Amino acid sequence: MELISLAVRTIFIENIVLAYFLGMCSFLACSKKIETATGLGLAVICVLGLTVPFNWFIQHYFLTEGAMAWTGIPVLATLDLSFLNLISFIAVIACTVQVVEMILDRYVPALYHSLGIFLPLITVNCSILGGSLFMVERQYDFSEAAVYGVAAGSGFALAIISISAIRKKIRYSDIPPGLQGLGMTMILTGLMSMAFMCFAGIDL
Amino acid sequence: MATTRKIITDPLSDNNPITIQVLGICSALAVTVQVDTAFVMSLAVISVLTLSNVIISAMRNLIPGKIRMIVEVTVIASLVVLTDQILRAYLFEMSRQLSIFVGLIITNCIIMGRAEAFATQNPVRPSLMDGLGNGLGYSVILLLVASGREILGSGTWYHVRVLPEAYYGNGLAVLAPGAFLILGIIIWIQRTLTGNFKDD
Repeated sequence: MELISLAVRTIFIENIVLAYFLGMCSFLACSKKIETATGLGLAVICVLGLTVPFNWFIQHYFLTEGAMAWTGIPVLATLDLSFLNLISFIAVIACTVQVVEMILDRYVPALYHSLGIFLPLITVNCSILGGSLFMVERQYDFSEAAVYGVAAGSGFALAIISISAIRKKIRYSDIPPGLQGLGMTMILTGLMSMAFMCFAGIDL
Repeated sequence: MATTRKIITDPLSDNNPITIQVLGICSALAVTVQVDTAFVMSLAVISVLTLSNVIISAMRNLIPGKIRMIVEVTVIASLVVLTDQILRAYLFEMSRQLSIFVGLIITNCIIMGRAEAFATQNPVRPSLMDGLGNGLGYSVILLLVASGREILGSGTWYHVRVLPEAYYGNGLAVLAPGAFLILGIIIWIQRTLTGNFKDD
C-alpha cells in the first residue's frame, strides 16, 4: 500500500517534469511529434527503472560511511566515499544506457530502430541523474527505490506525451511570432503544471 | 579583438543559451524562487563552464574522437564534485537549499553543449571567453526569472522589501507554474526585441 501511494505521488503530485523541472531539455526538444515523444517516454521509463535501484546498491554497499563493512577489511569499513556519488552515478547511467542499447539491438530491433538517437541522449537527461539523487536525498529503501524509478519515468512519459498531443493540436493556431515554438510551449507547460497541482489535495 | 568581444557579448542576447539555444532550462526554473539561490547557482555554473571549456580545449588534440564524450563527462563531473564540496564547506545552508541541483550541473546541457560545439575546435583563449560569455548569458536570464518570481511571490528582492507591506505575495509565482509562465514571457519579449523568430 505504501508503495502504491509512493507511485501515485511520484507520477501525479510530484511529477518529475512539471513540479521539479527535470528533463526539460528533451521535454521541449522531442515533443513535436507524438511518435518520438512516446518512444522517448518508454526509453526513460526503462532506464530510470534500472538505474535508480542499481545506484541504490552502489550507494549502500560502496559509498556511504561504513558501507564497505561487508568486505571485512578494517581500513575499508570506516571509509566514507559519499562525495564520489555524482561521478559513480553518471558512470552507472552511461553504462546502463549502453547495455540497454545493445540488448535492444540484439533482441528487439524494431523498438531499437524506433528509438534511434534518443537512447544515447538519455545519458545526459537530467531526470535520470535527478532520480538517483532524489533517491539518496529522501533515503528510500530498496523496494521504494525500485518503485520510485519506474514511477518517475512514467511521470515523464505522461507529461511528454500529453504536451506533444497539445502541440499537435495548436499547430495551425495564430500565435504572435515571438511566442511561437519555445515561448508557447513554456506557457503551455505552465498551464499543464497548474492542472497537475490539483492532484496535490489527494491524500493516500 | 573585435571577435573576442563578440564571443562574450553574443551569448548575452543574440545567441543566449537559454532563450535562443534552448539549453539548460531545468536549473533555470528550479533554483529561481529567490534571487540569492539563483545568484549562487549562476556563480557555480559560470565557474564550471569556464573551467571545463579551458580544460577540454587544452586537451582537444589529445582526446581520441571516439571516447571524447566520456572524457568530457569525466572532466565536467570532477569540476562539479569540487564545486559541490566547496559549497558544502563554506555555504552549507545554501547548498542544502540548492539540494540536488548542484549535482545536476553535470547534465546541464549548456556545459556539454559548449564543450562539444566550441571547446573541442578552438584554442584555449577563445574557449575561456566562450565559457564566460555563455555563463553570463545563463546568469542574466536566471537572475531575471528569479527577480520576477521573488518580487511577485513575496514582494522582496534579495530579501529586501520592495513592495509595500500590504502586498501579501502571489503564491502562484513561487510554485512551479509561475516559473514556466515567467520564463515563457521573458522568451517572448527577448525574441521580439532581437527579432529572432527561429522556430524550434
